[in-house]
Amino acid sequence: MTRPIIELKDLDVFYGPIQALKGVSLHINEGETVSLIGSNGAGKSTLLMSIFGQPRAAGGQILYQGVDITHKSSHYIASNGIAQSPEGRRVFPDMTVEENLLMGTIPIGDKHAKEDMQRMFELFPRLEERRNQRAMTMSGGEQQMLAIARALMSRPKLLLLDEPSLGLAPIVVKQIFATLRELAKTGMTIFLVEQNANHALKLSDRAYVMVNGEIRLTGTGKELLVNEEVRNAYLGGH
Amino acid sequence: MSSTTPKKIDVKKSLVEAILAGLIALIVFGPIVGVVLEGYSFNLESTRVAWIIAIVMAGRFALSLFLQTPRGLRILEGFESTGSGVHVLPPDYKSRLRWIIPLMIAIAVALPFFSNSYLLGVVILGLIYVLLGLGLNIVVGLAGLLDLGYVAFYAIGAYGLALGYQYLGLGFWTVLPLAAITAGLAGCILGFPVLRLHGDYLAIVTLGFGEIIRLILNNWLSLTGGPNGMPAPLPTFFGLEFGKRAKDGGVPFHEFFGIAYNPDVKYYFIYAVLFLVVLAVLYIKHRLVKMPVGRAWEALREDEIACRSMGLNHVLVKLSAFTIGASTAGLAGVFFATYQGFVNPTSFTFFESALILAIVVLGGMGSTIGVVIAAFVLTVAPELLRGFAEYRVLLFGILMVLMMIWRPRGLIRISRTGVTPRKGAIHYERTAP
Ligand SMILES: Nc1ncnc2c1ncn2[C@@H]1O[C@H](COP(=O)(O)OP(=O)(O)OP(=O)(O)O)[C@@H](O)[C@H]1O
Ligand SMILES: [Mg+2]
Repeated sequence: MTRPIIELKDLDVFYGPIQALKGVSLHINEGETVSLIGSNGAGKSTLLMSIFGQPRAAGGQILYQGVDITHKSSHYIASNGIAQSPEGRRVFPDMTVEENLLMGTIPIGDKHAKEDMQRMFELFPRLEERRNQRAMTMSGGEQQMLAIARALMSRPKLLLLDEPSLGLAPIVVKQIFATLRELAKTGMTIFLVEQNANHALKLSDRAYVMVNGEIRLTGTGKELLVNEEVRNAYLGGH
Repeated sequence: MSSTTPKKIDVKKSLVEAILAGLIALIVFGPIVGVVLEGYSFNLESTRVAWIIAIVMAGRFALSLFLQTPRGLRILEGFESTGSGVHVLPPDYKSRLRWIIPLMIAIAVALPFFSNSYLLGVVILGLIYVLLGLGLNIVVGLAGLLDLGYVAFYAIGAYGLALGYQYLGLGFWTVLPLAAITAGLAGCILGFPVLRLHGDYLAIVTLGFGEIIRLILNNWLSLTGGPNGMPAPLPTFFGLEFGKRAKDGGVPFHEFFGIAYNPDVKYYFIYAVLFLVVLAVLYIKHRLVKMPVGRAWEALREDEIACRSMGLNHVLVKLSAFTIGASTAGLAGVFFATYQGFVNPTSFTFFESALILAIVVLGGMGSTIGVVIAAFVLTVAPELLRGFAEYRVLLFGILMVLMMIWRPRGLIRISRTGVTPRKGAIHYERTAP
């Protein structure tokens, strides 16, 4: 369980002249839940997207299961076991829940679609109730569940989640984190980007804190929860 | 919705609406109909105005009453629910429009037996626009890429036949697949630079592309004959020509079969081939939409960032939409050229692109049946209403305005049949329009 499933080495990413990531190094072991916290504009979303090669890293290396994927196509990455639920959910508004889930199978083909869809409905019973509802008409929480389920439809080994708690009521956030915990228990490796540091750190085995495109701190979830700097910056300083 | 609670018919409301409509009619028609100029003075024709207003009021009153009946309410509801986007059908839904396909085939087969060559010509034109509409529907309706220069690919198909015949001695049957490939390649070439563009910018670049092709055809006198155009050959029936006399000492069609020469036979033949091609394209499109690439087109239309986060290769997805759409237009162009026997650049102006786009929009973005109906309405109607043909643009305008009000999503709502879950697991209250 200690073999890293993914390893970033000295990653540099630019948007034109702006350097969004500055020599970021981190690793995630198989079966671990790791979170990345940081304030707005720290570069968290950029980090997630650059694992998918969009934007491409200008320097450094991304190793996935020992293979260098820094320059592989997004399609290759998606079809080899990395899935992500993007920031802001981004479900397909005019498609139904089922169709959204089916879209999630695009990287691997739909041979397991029916079976996997059933698994998703077990994980998120809410989605089953709404299976034929169009995504745009669902609540934010339901859309977030759908986005996570859609990502899971490609049978990933590594799940990347960008701010699943964005704009959700505390009770819904709790539900979603409970589901993530369940998911983690099944052995799924989860990399979680969050503003909601409290929830994220409680869920995670380890965490990284990012400031201005650099990793500032790292430690276990518990360590960071009591860390003075983290408490002041991300936990409301109490 | 409100139809579940039976409402009483409110006569007073209808009366008020009728009076309001009468007032509007007075304002609109009063000056136009009621005041007749005679030399420098004018006569007031109040009875005519009174009649018009009376008719308007009676009509409004009747309409208002009708719309309060259960049946009327249902119609109203139909209008209201159109604004709500794509209508998703249950996966095991048997379309009520299902009978339309056999019916269309029956009509199509029967048509040649009781039509004259004029009507046949109109239908051929209609079918050509069906092809164009289906092709553009993939680009605009499914993939959501606004292409205003679509006519360029149509021109490539048409000129492909004319040029291939003139310079390489190619016939209809050789050019038909070649034109589809060439137009597809052109679509791909156009696709590359515009990959990063969206919406307005994409529209402008494609518009420019359409004009470039037309200008080349118009100005490259030595190759295309410029505005004078070029002749295009007729198709052959397994090598038999349809002319009165075959070239190079061959045997023409009518002699081979020992029938009297009939100049219309060639049109029947074009019609038959064209119909089969339309059917094939309909079938291919039907299949494509269900395949991953079809779903990817729709996904791209709905959310590009989500597509990227799934590792969808948006370059391939966009290019495939452009390529397949363009090659369909290439096919249509070949039929157009062979039917006209002649091509020149005036057939490929921006207006043509706009017409095809109108077909797609009127038909309902993404809807196949809608596009077929709209193609016929927009090409056949002006032909049949010859006297009205000059008002074609006006007719479009009015149709478009009405559509935007009542059917903002097109004549036929986009309805996708859902995915492939277990049969009979789901029940629906809502029915298709
Ligand atoms: N497409 C882009 N083009 C240019 N700059 C960008 C782009 N996307 C992000 N940036 C910049 O990169 C930096 C990091 O952005 P990023 O979205 O990764 O932050 P984040 O940590 O996810 O923030 P948030 O928590 O608000 O989502 C920001 O300064 C942002 O302005
Ligand atoms: Mg972000």
